[in-house]
Amino acid sequence: MARVVVDVMLKPEILDPQGQAVQRALPRLGFEGISDVRQGKRFELEVDGPVDEAALARIHDLAESFLANTVIEDFTVKVESEEAVAGAAK
Amino acid sequence: MSRTPLDTVEHAAGTPDVELPWAELGLKKDEYERVVEILGRRPTGAELAMYSVMWSEHCSYKSSKVHLRQFGEKAPQSDALLVGIGENAGVVDVGQGYAVTFKVESHNHPSYVEPYQGAATGVGGIVRDIIAMGARPVAVVDPLRFGAADHPDTKRVLPGVVAGIGGYGNCLGLPNIGGEVVFDACYQGNPLVNAGAIGVMRHEDIHLAKASGAGNKVILYGARTGGDGIGGASILASETFDDAKPSKRPAVQVGDPFQEKLLIECTLEAFREKLVVGIQDLGAAGLSCATSELASNGSGGMRVTLDDVPLRDSTLSPEEILMSESQERMCAVVEPSKVDRFLEICDKWDVIATVIGEVTDGDRLEIFWHGGKIVDVDPRTVAHDGPVYERPYARPEWQDALQADDANALPRPTTGAELKDQVLRLVASPNQASKKWITSQYDHFVQGNTVLAQPEDSGMIRIDEETGLGVAIATDGNGRYAKLDPYAGAQLALSEAYRNVATTGAKPLAVSDCLNFGSPEDPAVMWQFAEAIRGLADACQQLGTPVTGGNVSLYNQTGDVAIHPTPVVAVLGVIDDVARRTPVAFQEEGQLLYLLGDTREEFGGSAWSQVVHDHLGGLPPKVDLERERLLGEILISASRDGMIDAAHDLSDGGLIQAVVESALLGGKGARLVVPDGLDAFTFLFSESAGRAVVAVPRSEELRFNDMCGARGLPVTRIGVVDGDTVELQGEFELSLEELRTAHEETIPALLA
Repeated sequence: MARVVVDVMLKPEILDPQGQAVQRALPRLGFEGISDVRQGKRFELEVDGPVDEAALARIHDLAESFLANTVIEDFTVKVESEEAVAGAAK
Repeated sequence: MSRTPLDTVEHAAGTPDVELPWAELGLKKDEYERVVEILGRRPTGAELAMYSVMWSEHCSYKSSKVHLRQFGEKAPQSDALLVGIGENAGVVDVGQGYAVTFKVESHNHPSYVEPYQGAATGVGGIVRDIIAMGARPVAVVDPLRFGAADHPDTKRVLPGVVAGIGGYGNCLGLPNIGGEVVFDACYQGNPLVNAGAIGVMRHEDIHLAKASGAGNKVILYGARTGGDGIGGASILASETFDDAKPSKRPAVQVGDPFQEKLLIECTLEAFREKLVVGIQDLGAAGLSCATSELASNGSGGMRVTLDDVPLRDSTLSPEEILMSESQERMCAVVEPSKVDRFLEICDKWDVIATVIGEVTDGDRLEIFWHGGKIVDVDPRTVAHDGPVYERPYARPEWQDALQADDANALPRPTTGAELKDQVLRLVASPNQASKKWITSQYDHFVQGNTVLAQPEDSGMIRIDEETGLGVAIATDGNGRYAKLDPYAGAQLALSEAYRNVATTGAKPLAVSDCLNFGSPEDPAVMWQFAEAIRGLADACQQLGTPVTGGNVSLYNQTGDVAIHPTPVVAVLGVIDDVARRTPVAFQEEGQLLYLLGDTREEFGGSAWSQVVHDHLGGLPPKVDLERERLLGEILISASRDGMIDAAHDLSDGGLIQAVVESALLGGKGARLVVPDGLDAFTFLFSESAGRAVVAVPRSEELRFNDMCGARGLPVTRIGVVDGDTVELQGEFELSLEELRTAHEETIPALLA
């Protein structure tokens, strides 16, 4: 089993009401010194079989077409567990 | 990465040969030359940004203006009209010191790109128009049109749009009380997402968008300005002036309904304390529009320091700031002595507010950035003196063939079994099926004043708890009728909305419209547009319901193929006591069913021709506005005097569609008899206009018949509310259960 992580973030120019709400709450709760907060989504995918280039391409496809709304969001794909990296072409 | 040199007015005057990307910003060559002529020099980048966006079709109505004038020229005398076309929204007197403002707008293109946010910000935009008039928003409605119900892309677009409308409206605490959902392949690449809102105020609270009084401060308040909706401006920023900037700004705007809710409360509190001289919401064209319109509607002079605009993204260029369409922002003009109090109120509501400029003596709009003057224009040339086109129009050659392809000649059902089968197919077809799966995602009853909501004929809101005074609104449009005959189609849209309002017992007062058409550069489309406006203006004049405002959406097409011409008409009505309203649902067994109006063999553009034959041709039903008015008077009187317990207007799908809906909603069946002089098929499926079906308690039968007789409205007894089937005597019988399954399972099966 290998884990691949897809992080989805709103594009930098897109308004992030949730992030803003968190940022406004911080000083109220006594946490100073945070000038901006942006909130995203993290998906942890447990992959059957080796995480090779073909598998990563598939994950890239599914992230692009389903996990992220690429009209307003960017995403990154990372391989997380070590055993998987061994067989993968990185 | 500094921008050198800043393109100031002075710099522009000294560098006349600099090429600006006017074409990329959508200006035509002669339009750009006109800007140069107006200014007597080349525009600065910021000026070009303002002119290009304000002279766009969306903001300047350059193709539609010459036709839209008819709404003013043919406006009927109406005591009810307090504020007409040209303001953020029209205002209508509804009595008891109350005024109501309402408007419908389109958000078609954004909703196709990003359905959720596009639809959500459509609601946000129309609600800000309402608060800019000084009114408290009380309800929203959403007329929607999508591609074929079974097309895979509809499953992408529709759920997003519906969730966006529901999400934004529900967060604001606004009930969604009406609208429509229509499917047609012509909207596949170009769904229509129209949004309407109603607001209520006292007469003395009406506010207009203007900036007068030198020295008054211009305050921008609401959300920070970010890079939303400035795809065009980034060309200006990145390719011409500074290649190092992020090259692609998204055109998608993201809404924040909680910010909007604060904006509503904050604005209304400032109004209550009489702190505001003029106000404008920031929608399309953002600050460019707000500053130039406020200034040109006032004395004309305004000075703005763009550095003071609160930004979400510090890399924005001045051109981008001027064009940004960031949501949830408004611009107010406030006397200097009241600025502190205004800012205090904003602070209380957690709304960022900044003085960005002031009204000046002169007649120039001057905008500064980093100490340099980057805009120096006569604001009227930006806001009002945009190009006006007399686009060529011509009746398309295919129109005759389309009208000759008579739907009345289509094969008709002859046996009871065939009739039964076609009734079931009709009520189960996506356009005629129950939209409960969609409308149940909206909150209908928040605020506790909703009297009627979908699937009633019109939405109705109580506005005074003591007296029961209320308003009703209905939106209608039938692109199929309008395709067959745009003049009649627009009148039929008005007729239907008018009838829907009257059917619930409210008196129709005024009209707002959202005119959705293809490209104005296509003479055939332009002809459809011109005809539809002529039809609508003529009909409004005859029915005495002025157009108070609205919106034009052009370029709704995929490639060369335009959508059906789709004028959507909203009619607002008033009812003295909402307790007297008439619902659609059958109330009691034994009540008599009457058909009001004349039934003719009219099947052109009908739901039957679409469902059974996939056909569009012939002529739409005949328009008879005097009949609509008479029918309306009868329905209103009957509701006020308690003569009817249920009523449903007859429109697409004809009588059987109306009876099935009333039966299912009431849980009570109906026994119908084909009246003398009609055949069963015409009786069930004809779409003749000016008709309604009513349920009359036996005790009122005489009085109701006398009233119709005295006023000359044809009235035909067609059956009785009874049992748990819908039966056409001698032809077929369908159980309510079977009908309910057919009617209610279609939409969830396709979209859930």
